[in-house]
Amino acid sequence: MSVKILSKSEAFYDTYERRPGSNKDQTHYCPGCGHGILHKLIAEALVDFGVTKNSIVVGPVGCSVFTHYYFNAGNFQSAHGRAPAVATGVKRSLPESIVLSYQGDGDLAAIGGNEILHAANRGEAITVFFVNNAIYGMTGGQMAPTTLIGQKTTTTPYGRTLENEGYPIGMSEIISQLASPVYVERVMLADTRSINAARKAVRKGIENQVEKKGFSFIEVLSTCPTGWKMTAPQAEEWIKTTMLESFPLGVYKDIADQVEPLILHKDTVPSRRVPKFLGLNQEGEGFDISQMKIAEDVDQEIKIAGFGGQGVLSLGVWLSEIGMREDLKVSWIPSYGPEMRGGTANCHVKLSRTDIGSPLVTHSNILIAMNRPSLEKFEADVVEGGVIIWDNSLIDIEPTRKDIRNMPIPATQIAKDLGTTRISNVVILGVLAGITDFLDPDVVQRVLPIIFKKKQLLSINLKAFQKGLELGRELAN
Amino acid sequence: MAKSRGLVAVNVEECKGCKLCVEACPVNVLHLSESFNTHGYSPAEYEGEGCTGCGVCYYACPEPGAITVFKNWQEAQQAYICQTSNKPSQLTLVDPIQGIAECEACGQQVILSNFRALSFAE
Repeated sequence: MSVKILSKSEAFYDTYERRPGSNKDQTHYCPGCGHGILHKLIAEALVDFGVTKNSIVVGPVGCSVFTHYYFNAGNFQSAHGRAPAVATGVKRSLPESIVLSYQGDGDLAAIGGNEILHAANRGEAITVFFVNNAIYGMTGGQMAPTTLIGQKTTTTPYGRTLENEGYPIGMSEIISQLASPVYVERVMLADTRSINAARKAVRKGIENQVEKKGFSFIEVLSTCPTGWKMTAPQAEEWIKTTMLESFPLGVYKDIADQVEPLILHKDTVPSRRVPKFLGLNQEGEGFDISQMKIAEDVDQEIKIAGFGGQGVLSLGVWLSEIGMREDLKVSWIPSYGPEMRGGTANCHVKLSRTDIGSPLVTHSNILIAMNRPSLEKFEADVVEGGVIIWDNSLIDIEPTRKDIRNMPIPATQIAKDLGTTRISNVVILGVLAGITDFLDPDVVQRVLPIIFKKKQLLSINLKAFQKGLELGRELAN
Repeated sequence: MAKSRGLVAVNVEECKGCKLCVEACPVNVLHLSESFNTHGYSPAEYEGEGCTGCGVCYYACPEPGAITVFKNWQEAQQAYICQTSNKPSQLTLVDPIQGIAECEACGQQVILSNFRALSFAE
């Protein structure tokens, strides 16, 4: 009698130690994302066929760029669209391994359209999982080649049109027309029944490779609740009601039973000879960083960092907006992870009276830290005599530096007292205006109505700004 | 309520509260909790009884380790091997909602969603 338990597959790491930040429990995907379901189906199949330790997962660029955080197998992370090319190389050098190419629709159907066609046409003995959610999820919901006619995305705000963008591309249809692929199926992750069908297709695709049958391609219609602006259950419903019209399910090709197993030869160059072939020296040629000069005439170099959702990027945009109205040169660049919700984010803001050479802030004279990881990470980069503004209602440590102006501001608490924690960034804006001379409070108050178009939002934001301004002036004296 | 053949245990810290399991459960024994986990999500929660052990929620869930389903809880209970003494023991369900059981041999509490820390007789 064996106990039947469905639980986390052994093909996953217990905790995701490769994932940066404090959250090692969860995947980086948004709640309800179809990627996780497909990951589970693949992991289960790898364990059931006993090939986990013999497998190499080739990740793409896109939301699933971090497959190596999760699969306790061999991992590769390839350049955008190039997973089938990398998988080809891996499979040819290690013919006994099970090589899986895992790609999204932007990766496979757009930038990697060429790679996948030729890998399929050559009949590489790999298994390709093509996650089709009809959108570029990671970069913020732009139109993909698979976007449906009429579907609204950030780059097709009135819906995709036939005249302008053409029909969505059917990769399963195209690949099934080639002679070499042995198995092409389109499945979906939309309900219990379809997930079960997808499970069978995943197993078949991996089984084909175990039996050395050749190229298998499984297209998976999957949800993107964030990109589609829906809840997870609504997104599953949308696949069934809308996506299926353009992407009919089914086995497009299956000749696995008719083909003989491939005999794969290992033909590789010994690894120590590789650098010579590539023309590389043993030692890298460095360059002297002390020769580089940082422009001295930049007035303000500001780094703002915190959790995604705290408005750190917005605060940077507002500073630039206000700077422009004060006739300053401005720059703003964001830096954030691929997570659409959660994760950490920071932005670099420069305000200057002269031209700005580089928008990067490597040594800030003002650091705004909205959470503990940000304070720990960026504290060392503040110039001597610089300002560290940190939210002491969220951060339970103190800055260790003594050569800086230490400004603890309970921004989140102040914002909460005013009614919503979401305006903590406006409190910080007020503080900045209070302690520095480059932000004219009058200008800021004239710009705020431009930023907050809704009247009910404006009044509470003005209050938050005033509160911050008072606090800042107190601290400055 | 139907007889509880199976048992579902939610790993609160892995759950993101997407509600797919709640929608998928054929016997409606899952709901979203009122409380939050450390990542700020309201995790799924078992009603405490009625699980048939069908596993539909497990496959509906996008998180690799958020849901553990014991297809036949009674069998699992009796086949449990004590972690302290490494001898056959039995599990008694202490809190079906939180997924906590007690080992009869050593008396220690066992978190059922942490399946990899448990072992059962073949």
